[in-house]
Amino acid sequence: MIKGEKTLLVHSIESFGTHDGPGIRLVIFLQGCNIKCLYCQNPDTIVLKGGTKTTIDSLVRRAKNMKIYFGEDGGVTISGGEPMLQSKAIIPFFEALKAENIHTNIDTNGTVRTPEALTLISGLSDLIMFDVKSTSEEGFEALTGARKLQASLNNIKLREESQLPFWLRYVLIPGITDSDHSINWLIQQFSEMNYLERLEILPYHKLGAYKWESLGMQYQLKDVNENTPEQIETAKNVLKRYFKNVT
Amino acid sequence: MSSDMKFKDGKWNDSIEVKDFVTCNITPYTGNHDFLVGPTSRTSQLWYTCKAALKEEREKNGLRDVDTEIVSGIKAFKPGYIDKDNEVIVGLQTDEVLKRAMKPYGGFKVVQKALSEHGLKPGELITESFGKYTKTHNDGVFDAYTDEIRKFRSLGFLTGLPDNYARGRIIGDYRRVALYGINRLIEAKKEDLGNIKGPMTDHTIRLREEVSEQIKALYDMIEMGKSYDLDLSRPAENAREAVQWTYMAYLAAVKEQDGAAMSLGSVSSFLDIYIEKDLQAGKIAEEDAQEYIDQFVMKLRMVRHLRMEAYDQIFAGDPTWVTESIGGLLIDGRSKVTKTSFRFLNTLYNLGPSPEPNITILWSKNLPQGFKDYCAKVSVETSSIQYENDDLMRTSANCDDYGIACCVSMQELGKHIQFFGARTNLAKTLLLAINRGQCENTGTQIVEGIPHLKNEYLDYDEVVANFKIAMKEVARVYNEAMNIIHFMHDKYYYEKAQMSLIDTDPKINIAYGIAGLSIVADSLSAIKHAKVKPIRDENGLTVDFEIEGDFPKYGNDDDRVDLIARDVVSHFNKELAQHRVYKDANPTLSVLTITSNVVYGLKTGATPDGRAKGVAFAPGANPMHGRDTHGVIASLNSVAKIDYTDSKDGISNTLSVVPRSLGSTHEDRIANLVRTLDGYFGSNAQHLNVNVLDRETLIRAMEHPEEHPQLTIRVSGYAVNFVRLTREQQQEVLTRSFHESL
Repeated sequence: MIKGEKTLLVHSIESFGTHDGPGIRLVIFLQGCNIKCLYCQNPDTIVLKGGTKTTIDSLVRRAKNMKIYFGEDGGVTISGGEPMLQSKAIIPFFEALKAENIHTNIDTNGTVRTPEALTLISGLSDLIMFDVKSTSEEGFEALTGARKLQASLNNIKLREESQLPFWLRYVLIPGITDSDHSINWLIQQFSEMNYLERLEILPYHKLGAYKWESLGMQYQLKDVNENTPEQIETAKNVLKRYFKNVT
Repeated sequence: MSSDMKFKDGKWNDSIEVKDFVTCNITPYTGNHDFLVGPTSRTSQLWYTCKAALKEEREKNGLRDVDTEIVSGIKAFKPGYIDKDNEVIVGLQTDEVLKRAMKPYGGFKVVQKALSEHGLKPGELITESFGKYTKTHNDGVFDAYTDEIRKFRSLGFLTGLPDNYARGRIIGDYRRVALYGINRLIEAKKEDLGNIKGPMTDHTIRLREEVSEQIKALYDMIEMGKSYDLDLSRPAENAREAVQWTYMAYLAAVKEQDGAAMSLGSVSSFLDIYIEKDLQAGKIAEEDAQEYIDQFVMKLRMVRHLRMEAYDQIFAGDPTWVTESIGGLLIDGRSKVTKTSFRFLNTLYNLGPSPEPNITILWSKNLPQGFKDYCAKVSVETSSIQYENDDLMRTSANCDDYGIACCVSMQELGKHIQFFGARTNLAKTLLLAINRGQCENTGTQIVEGIPHLKNEYLDYDEVVANFKIAMKEVARVYNEAMNIIHFMHDKYYYEKAQMSLIDTDPKINIAYGIAGLSIVADSLSAIKHAKVKPIRDENGLTVDFEIEGDFPKYGNDDDRVDLIARDVVSHFNKELAQHRVYKDANPTLSVLTITSNVVYGLKTGATPDGRAKGVAFAPGANPMHGRDTHGVIASLNSVAKIDYTDSKDGISNTLSVVPRSLGSTHEDRIANLVRTLDGYFGSNAQHLNVNVLDRETLIRAMEHPEEHPQLTIRVSGYAVNFVRLTREQQQEVLTRSFHESL
C-alpha cells in the first residue's frame, strides 16, 4: 500500500448496490461535494462537514466479506458527494482492493482534476462512471452553481486516451437537458469514443426534494415535472443509433 | 410388482428404502421452465370452486364449517369431494372441503375453546367422554408440570410450548405407500414387532405398543382408501396413482393429527419417476402431469385444523406447514431437480400465489442454472417460497433424502423424527441477569443465585457472568418441560399414522429454540461499547435504560456485535446439551420465532439496547427492525456468522426487499437474487425467506383485503396470506426492514 490517508469521510454504506455499476456492489457514499446540483438526491452529502471517519482497513474488510456475492462482475463503487475530493485516500483503498482482486469503480461528476484524481482516472480505477451534467457551460452553471463542463470533458477524454472502460450517466430533465440540441451534442462529443461501455439515461425524479426541505434548503426544481416513460424512450431510441449500449 | 412399470432394481426391493429407489431411478433435469403448461380446464374449474369456499371461509371469520359430532381419525369421515367430475386426485380431511374436525386428544379444552369462539360446542357424547373418561395430552402434561415450570411458562420465559396443542414436526415418509403398497408395509412392521422381545423394559414395552398402534393405523389407511375406491394395499401402478397414493398417506396423517407443522417431506422428485415413466410410454402428456400436481397441491392448500384464537399469537394466519422440500443434490453429486420440481413451482402460477404448501428450495451452488433462475423468478413474482442450504445440511448430516419439518428443521425421511420444543425468551433471560434473577415485570424470583449488580452503569463482564447463570437455569427448566411434554404426547396422542411410515424406533432430535437473539446481541453490545445505566423502580426492577454513546448493532457485518450473537447461541446450545432427554433424543437448537416475536416482545420489559417495553422482537435470527443500516448483504453477513453447528435445528432469516432495489430490470432482479442466494449460502448460512414487494402493496391490501385474497408474504419460516394476519401482526410486518436502495 502506498502512503496516503488512512481514513475516508463516509456518509453511508450500501452493501447491496444494484444500480451503481455492474453486478452487486458495495457502494460507499462519501461526504462532501464541490458542486451543488439542483436535483441532488442526497443533499445531505453536499456539505463538507459531517460524515463518519472510517478507516480504510475496515472498508477493505467489509469488501472482503462481500467477495462471495460479487461473482464475476460485482465489486466496490465509491460514490458521494463527490468522491474525487477524497482521491488521496481512495488511492490506497483501491490498491488494497486490487490486491484482493476486487473490482473498483468511481461514480463521479468528473470535475476534479487533482493529481490523485487523474491517477485514478488514468489507471487505478477499473471503471469510472462520469456524470454529464449539461451540454454547455451556462447550463452547467445553472444546474450546479459552477462552470466545470470543460474540466469534466477533459477527464472523460483522459479516460478514453488511457484506453480504460467508462460509463456516462446523463439525467434527462424535462425542459432543461432534453432538447434535440442537447441530445445531438451528446452524440457529437461521445459517440466515437471506443472505451465508452455504456450510456445511462436517467429519468429525472424528485425523490430528493423532501430531503432538501428537511435540511431547511429550498428545492428549486419544484415546478419541473418528472419524465413520462415516452420521453425517456424517445431519447434512448435516438441515442441507440449512435451508441452501442444505451440503458 | 404387478405393475408394468419397470424400475431399476436396488436395495429398495429388499427393504423399505425409498431413498434408494429415488437414487436408482431419478431423471435429473437441467433445462429451463419452457416446457411447463398452464392448468387444464378441470383444474381451473376445481380451483374456482375452492376459491369460492375460501371466500366463504374468510367471510365466516375463518371457519367455513366444522363437524362437532365426530372425533377425527383416519376412518372417521365418509369420503368427501369438492367436485367429483373434475377431481383427478381425490380425498378430503372430512366429508366437505374446508370443513374442520375435532382432534381432542391434544387437549379437549382447546377444542371447546376453539368451538366456543364461534358460538359452538362439541356434541354431548364427546363432551361426556372427554369430560369424564378420556385423558388427553394436555391433561397429562399439567398433571406432571412442576410449579417452577408453570412459573416459567406463565411469565413468558418459555412460550408456545406444545403442551396444549399437538407437537407436529414429525414427517411420515408418505412415498412408502405409493412405492410399496400398504400390505408390504404391514408385513415389515409385523416383522419388526416380532423382533422386539424381552426383557420387558420401559423402552421395549413402549415400543411394542407403538408398533402395534402403527399396524392398526396402516389397516385403517387401507379402509380409508377403499372408501374412495382406491386399493392402497398394493403399490401405485402409474403416475396418477403415485400422486394419489402419496396424498392418501398424507391425508391419513392430517385426519389423525393436528400438529402445528405437518410437513409433506420431499415428494416431487419421487413422483417424477412415475411421471417420467408414463410420459416416456406415451400414456400421458405434459398437461396430465401438471394436472396431477396442480390438483395435489390444491388439496394440500385445503388442509385445515381447528384452532383457537390464542393460537394465532404464536402461529399467525392459520398455517398448516405442509412443507415440501424441492431440489438439493444427491450425495453422488447429481442434482435432485426434476421436471416435477418445476411443476410444483408452476402451481404458484396455475393456481396463483399461496402460503401452502410451504415450498422450500434446497439450495446448492451446483443446482442447474435453469432451476436457480426459475426459483428466483418465482420469488420475485410471488414471494411465496423459502430457501435452505442443501450444501450445508447434506454434508453436515451426510444425508441426501430429507425434508424440512415446519420451517427450518432438517429431518431425514423415514429414519429420523424430532420433538418440537417451541422456544425460550432469551431477552427476558438477559434481564434476569440484571434483576437478581427476578422477572422484570412482576418481581417473581425465577432463578436463584444471581448477585446484585454493584455499579451504577452496567459492567459487561458482570452482566455476562450473571447471564450465564440465568441461561444455565433456564436450560434446565426448559429441558424438564420438554421431557414431560413429549412423554405425555407419546402416551396420549401418539402419531400412529405418521410413525407407521417411519422406521421402527427412529433416531430423535429434540428441537429447542430461542427468541430475541438480536435484542440480546445489541443489548450486550450497548453494555460493552456504550455506557448503559439501568433505571429501576422502587423494587429495584429495571424499567428502562439510559444509553450514552453509540454502539455496534447486529445486522451491519460488524464483528464487534455479530460475534456476541454467535457466542450466545453457542453457549446456550452447550447448556441445553447438558441435560438428558426423554427417549435419549439428541438436543438441537433453532433460532426461529414463527410469529411469536410479537407476543414475546409484549411480555418483555425494556432492554439495554434501547428497545422499549412491549416492542416486538425481530423474527428468528433477523437483525432488529431498522438497525441494519448497511443494506442487504451486510445484514445477511451478520446472520451468516451464527454457526450452524451450534444451531442445527435451523437459523431463520427473512429478507424483504423492494423490487427496484434488486435491480433495474426483471432480468437483473433474477440474476441478483440468484447471486445473493449463492453468496448467502456460500457463507454457510442456513435459511432465507425472500419477499420481493413494497410496503405500498401491503398497505393497499390492508385497506382492501377483498382485492388481495392471495397476496402471500413470508414471515418466519413460513408464508401467510397477508390478509389473514391480525391488524397488529400486519403492522409489525410493515415496521420490518424493507431494504431499499436508490
